[in-house]
Amino acid sequence: MAFEQVKFYQTGTFTVGNRLLEPELRSVQADTTRTNSLNSGHRACQGCGEALGARYAIDAAMEATDNQLIAVNATGCLEVFSTPYPETSWQIPWIHSLFGNAAAVATGVAAAMRAKGRETTRVVAQGGDGGTTDIGFGCLSGMFERNDDVLYICYDNGGYMNTGVQRSSATPPAARTATTPAMGPEPGNVFGQGKNLPEIAMAHGIPYVATATVADLRDLEAKVRRAMQIRGARYMHILVPCPLGWGHASADTIRIARLAKETGTFPVFEAECGEVTSRLPIRKRLPVEDYLKPQKRFAHLFGPEPATATLARLQALADRNIRKYALLEET
Amino acid sequence: MNVGQPASAPKLPWRLISGNHACALGAVAAGCRFFAGYPITPSSEIAERLSRLLPLVDGVFVQMEDEIASIAAVIGASMGGVKALTATSGPGFSLKQENIGYAAGAEIPCVIVNVMRGGPSTGMPTRPAQGEIMQSRWGSHGDYPIIVLAPASVREIHDENMRAFDLAEPLRTPVVILYDQDIAQRTETVELGDANGVARAQRKWASGPPAAYQPYATGEDGIPAMSRPGAGYRVHTTGLNHAENGFPTQSPQAVERNLGRLLTKFERHRDLIDSWQTLGCDDAEVLIVAIGISARAALRALEICRARSLRAGLFRPITLWPFPENALREAASQANAVLVPEMNAGQLSLEVGRILGGKRVEAIHRFNGEPITPAEIAQRVETLAREMNQ
Repeated sequence: MAFEQVKFYQTGTFTVGNRLLEPELRSVQADTTRTNSLNSGHRACQGCGEALGARYAIDAAMEATDNQLIAVNATGCLEVFSTPYPETSWQIPWIHSLFGNAAAVATGVAAAMRAKGRETTRVVAQGGDGGTTDIGFGCLSGMFERNDDVLYICYDNGGYMNTGVQRSSATPPAARTATTPAMGPEPGNVFGQGKNLPEIAMAHGIPYVATATVADLRDLEAKVRRAMQIRGARYMHILVPCPLGWGHASADTIRIARLAKETGTFPVFEAECGEVTSRLPIRKRLPVEDYLKPQKRFAHLFGPEPATATLARLQALADRNIRKYALLEET
Repeated sequence: MNVGQPASAPKLPWRLISGNHACALGAVAAGCRFFAGYPITPSSEIAERLSRLLPLVDGVFVQMEDEIASIAAVIGASMGGVKALTATSGPGFSLKQENIGYAAGAEIPCVIVNVMRGGPSTGMPTRPAQGEIMQSRWGSHGDYPIIVLAPASVREIHDENMRAFDLAEPLRTPVVILYDQDIAQRTETVELGDANGVARAQRKWASGPPAAYQPYATGEDGIPAMSRPGAGYRVHTTGLNHAENGFPTQSPQAVERNLGRLLTKFERHRDLIDSWQTLGCDDAEVLIVAIGISARAALRALEICRARSLRAGLFRPITLWPFPENALREAASQANAVLVPEMNAGQLSLEVGRILGGKRVEAIHRFNGEPITPAEIAQRVETLAREMNQ
């Protein structure tokens, strides 16, 4: 009689799981000697997905580079909440650039390290979705095309949260923001498909592109580690729910991120040189309503007359992701 | 709806609104039907308001991918024949400068709101400053004319925004509305009046035979007539120096003729453009010159001074550029000294000093995000008055 091997799905996600792993496979955050690069005491909102994602990503990058890391930061929530004078949460060399130029500034930093013969010092550039998909898009594309040795991390919370929740080109269709009010014949954000930055990055043929969410932090860390093993331009797109902008309970950040993945709304995958190499399969497929309902930015879809047509279109987008990335197939 | 009022109560004419809200209302009242912008503190509320207001009047609101695209879309919309607006703050204003120069050079009407915050660079997004007094005039490269309006209250933001369109359209020029974060985000009770039915200044449209049309040929007024898109006129619009027919030229004579006409085109229209406020200038020993929130502090300072029997006056340019030089000279004719309180390291005081050559011009400079207080201004006036009388 064949026995099915027990799967520890949650291994490493929760601290208890680490005991089941070999020491070198344990999560960076579980290590008592982790650098804590983004220190406590910053001013992020309760339940901020970006603060969580950035802490895991930068600590993992620090570990992978033997603590030889410089961070460049575009204007945005992460920049503002981590550095109110006279404090800083950053325990690493960190430079705030402008809103749209983080990728280009990082290019310069990396070139300087190369010129000084200090190529073991690596560079991470980070920005929100506004600074990445909108105003910083030109500089980012240039960095990809030159294949500069920079890991660019986009923390995607689907809008300009720092300036008061305006839409960005990463805002999902139908979402309400301060500049896409829930009024008129097509309430909320117009029904486009947004700017799919991971796929645009892949189209540049750069060595490594990955997406992740703060619901699978173990996966996030592994991808950062993988990214830092590679030289050249690398891009990571991390979904970070924003309780303030999305209008969900601050205790639900992880759950919402998990629902984004489990509904197929946000595909989690890795790609090398333009080819998808791995994806995180959906464990239990759920309808998009499960993801949308807990968020006030979609409340107008669930009024007295449910917006069935809009919901169907959102479901179709998720279905397309599931097909395209084979998210239901076991790896 | 008047909250707390019985349903039958008459609609009150007053509204409690912020400067940015007033700006959005003024734009719609002036006939603006296109807005393109990008989120930036402390001007985002203008975009947010217009995203709700414009669709109600069949206007178009577009949030663009960055600051440069926003002003570019505004230029495109204006070329399409629609009154168009964008709004931003310091960093975005810097990014827009090349396009503002293009609009000035190609004579494309548009209105740009710049809410001043601390600078340079990202500066202090939530704090007031007056650091773009010079940039608003000289920010783009080369020589070009531009109109800059500097309202000092919520009500005035509304009214000056309407006037901005009434200047931009007939004079074919970009108009900048410049006010600081303090006035932008403070709320004041205002009575806006009813703009319905009030005729607004129109663009000068070409009406002659299309074959004879020259896009940049002008009559006595120095303003070329614009052709309605799709009306059969052939137009060539370019950022290159151009002749009357709109085509690029490097002919020294043609450039001198056309650029020369552009640079002096406001001169015949100064009656329309110039605007200022004077208070107590008739017998003023010390004249205060200020704009925006600094002028608001100066108003209170005047009361303090007069109560102390100090003869102080205020000159407040509402049209900042072109600077109302003659009006300032007249206002300062009795003054022994001039005081310029401004929230920067010295900009307005340079222009005032240039105009009032020989007169003693002092300034209070402040660039730490804290507005200059009436008491400080009154104190400096008192010191100046004492020194001048010794």
